[in-house]
Amino acid sequence: MSTHSSRLAARMMVAPSVVLLLIWMVVPLAMTLYYSFRFYRLLSPDRTGWTGFTNYVWFFNSPDFWLALFNTLALVGGVLVITVVLGILIALLIDQPVKGQGMLRILVIAPFFVMPPVAASIWENLFMHPQNGLFSAVSRAFGAQPILFLEQYPMWSVIGIVSWEWLPFATLILLTALQSLSSEQLEAAEMDGASPFARFRYIILPHMTRAITVVILIQTIFLLGIFGEIFTTTQGGPGSASTTLPYMIFKQAIAAKDIGRAAAGGIIAVILANIVAYFLMRGLGRNLEN
Amino acid sequence: MGKIQLSSVRKSFGEVDVIPGIDLTIENGEFVVFVGPSGCGKSTLLRLIAGLEDTTSGVIDIDGKDATNLPPAKRGLAMVFQSYALYPHMTVRKNIAFPLKMAGMDQAEQDKRVERAAKVLNLSNYLDRRPGQLSGGQRQRVAIGRAIVREPAAFLFDEPLSNLDAALRVGMRQEISELHQSLQTTMIYVTHDQVEAMTMADKIVVLNAGRIEQVGAPLELYNFPRNLFVAGFIGSPKMNLIEGAEAAKHNAHTIGIRPEHITVGDGPWEGVVGLSEHLGSDSFLKVAVEGLGTMTVRAPGEVHARHGDRIRLAPAGKIHRFDTNGLAI
Amino acid sequence: MARALSPRRLAVTTVAAWTVALIIFFPVLWMILTSFKTEASAVAMPPEFLSADWTLENYTEVWSRSDYPRFFWNSVVISVGSTLLGLLVAIPAAWAMAFVPGRKTKDLLMWMLSTKMMPAVAVMIPLYLLFQQLGLIDTKIGLVVALMLMNLPIIIWMLYTYFKEIPAEILEASRMDGATLWGEILYVLTPMALPGIASTMLLNIILAWNEAFWTIVLTTTKAAPLSAFIASFSAPQGLFYAKLSAASAMAILPILILGWFSQKQLVRGLTFGAVK
Repeated sequence: MSTHSSRLAARMMVAPSVVLLLIWMVVPLAMTLYYSFRFYRLLSPDRTGWTGFTNYVWFFNSPDFWLALFNTLALVGGVLVITVVLGILIALLIDQPVKGQGMLRILVIAPFFVMPPVAASIWENLFMHPQNGLFSAVSRAFGAQPILFLEQYPMWSVIGIVSWEWLPFATLILLTALQSLSSEQLEAAEMDGASPFARFRYIILPHMTRAITVVILIQTIFLLGIFGEIFTTTQGGPGSASTTLPYMIFKQAIAAKDIGRAAAGGIIAVILANIVAYFLMRGLGRNLEN
Repeated sequence: MGKIQLSSVRKSFGEVDVIPGIDLTIENGEFVVFVGPSGCGKSTLLRLIAGLEDTTSGVIDIDGKDATNLPPAKRGLAMVFQSYALYPHMTVRKNIAFPLKMAGMDQAEQDKRVERAAKVLNLSNYLDRRPGQLSGGQRQRVAIGRAIVREPAAFLFDEPLSNLDAALRVGMRQEISELHQSLQTTMIYVTHDQVEAMTMADKIVVLNAGRIEQVGAPLELYNFPRNLFVAGFIGSPKMNLIEGAEAAKHNAHTIGIRPEHITVGDGPWEGVVGLSEHLGSDSFLKVAVEGLGTMTVRAPGEVHARHGDRIRLAPAGKIHRFDTNGLAI
Repeated sequence: MARALSPRRLAVTTVAAWTVALIIFFPVLWMILTSFKTEASAVAMPPEFLSADWTLENYTEVWSRSDYPRFFWNSVVISVGSTLLGLLVAIPAAWAMAFVPGRKTKDLLMWMLSTKMMPAVAVMIPLYLLFQQLGLIDTKIGLVVALMLMNLPIIIWMLYTYFKEIPAEILEASRMDGATLWGEILYVLTPMALPGIASTMLLNIILAWNEAFWTIVLTTTKAAPLSAFIASFSAPQGLFYAKLSAASAMAILPILILGWFSQKQLVRGLTFGAVK
């Protein structure tokens, strides 16, 4: 229904949310943009002023930045590949009429509800730890030297931890989509002589395209901002080996206390997010049309 | 109480003029039916009167007061929706009492009115049930009860019987008519079913594409349709419309004769029977008459004419004449 | 896809499925087991399974001897608080967008979702400075507001999808029955939308409880919830493995339980309705 009074009421009821989100996002973003062009270090409060693109140039000249950029994309890409591929396989497995499906789902879903610091802590201390971790125990049982996961393969370790955390999400979404596939379609295909693999490739996979697209899009949004796991385990190290762009900006702000630089980094992060989103929508946008 | 006047009421949705302009007076106590094909604007008109939609321009008077800018709650009207729109989480009692609760009535008075309405509508045994536990007809009655209890200036019905099965529809139709008899309150009733219109209305408003084609008592519309549209809409089966030479004979562009006004036997029209339907009480024949086209004939009782038979027909009632603009002559 | 499998294939599939599930769950299981061991037993090499020394002392120590209860309480206050505050703001907004849609409503909704897609680091600086100036750093209030704003798009979106499932005619009927706007929302909309509102609450409490950026950036000691606590003290100088495991187990247990009950809401809420 649409009357003048109800439209007015509607506008008033939406207004607080809009105002709050503007204050939360648009205003700070504008301020970040402003700071990024200024010299602003908390440790030298008397030196301020316009500094143009200096902060941005610092990033582009810094090898740490390119490493961080690479790490960020590696993290997103790596986790996406692992979670989507494994997610499909596990969803297919759980979708079978096996006993205790409910319990299976509960077990598989669990990691998603573990908060990032705890997840990271579990892997860091209980598994990857060179002295006390399970992995080292296993390798010692085979007479080999324990692998120093977090020191020698910091980025891979982080990718592993985050993949473990997000695998349940992908699996759950893909399982939901899988279960909406009518068995009749598959039975018809079987009668038409299609092998299990052919059935997967020509019927199941296309049906799941939309869900896969959604998983990729949603996960990308969250993965670009992964922070807690890195903070808990490697703190971006050793050196900058496992520093992603968000973590680098965090270090600039909190450790180096260089507001101007951190702001520039923030803007770069926004640009990166938009670029990624653009390519994603170009590549996958079709799948979402309905 | 219950006199509603519409003056130059117009409603457009964006670029589309759903209702170009309507003038209409509804007298106190009348049972007025808005009838017309789908999309003719009858429901929109009802919602404008109810206040659920704003008019684009024009004035709506209720009992002499300008209600055009009043919200629905302040217009003193009650509406029965097509889907009944009962509150699923409340009992029947609470459903019916809701408007009274909103009006701030004290509990004792609320209970009294609810009991009264329930008795009139045979709902006394169902007061503590939820809508989900009721049949379609019972839900319909709860919706009516919720409207009655407000003692409104007028009742608005939006195709209330569409969701009921045929047998139930006839029964409810009569109940609503009886309700009108006993309450004597103005009722505005929207339907696409012209049988409901003919049987229930004091006054029918025939709408087409947002315009009023004709307003009048049922028999007035039946006997004196103003134009081709009304002639074809009122009466089932549809009036036979004939153009050409036969119409010219009567000094008109088009003539019309109702199926029930044609007799089988001797007559000037000869043709071959196509489809024939025999109900026992009536027989419906589709006859291809030379020079006139296909005519529908309704004859009382059993007529032994089957597909392929040649029969003769004669006009035995009013022949309606229409000019080139479709208006009655 | 409930197709009958041959008994042998079913057996193989069952074993495979359970194996995979247990592997995925194992880290959580191992942590829970560790939390019930003595410290010595926890770090024993090779790792002890059945032969370990079991004890409850880790739980009692963490709970009674450290500041843990305060961090736990902070988590509760912050998750529930931000959720309730968010609902207060979001219910009217979602009502408006679901029942009085304008031409710009869809665009507005998309814009709100897009604010969630912006990297938090981009607004970290101004918000940190703003919080500092307002004295909100390391306060529960500050975090409640921050998390509420962070999750507001999701709350609005989820409520919107649930509200859209309510027939508009019922709300119109309440209007004809004389209900004011607030009466309509209070007596008709909210009771009917209660399951949807509950689902939204559930999902949001989970997201707020697990949040590990703002809770770390905007707190130091007093208002730190469990996420910040575990993150900062994970290197076991203050805590040893068994105690760390106990602390972690208590930190995740409420959400594990809530999460198991909210799988459907999770799918709906986090895929923004794209998958149902």
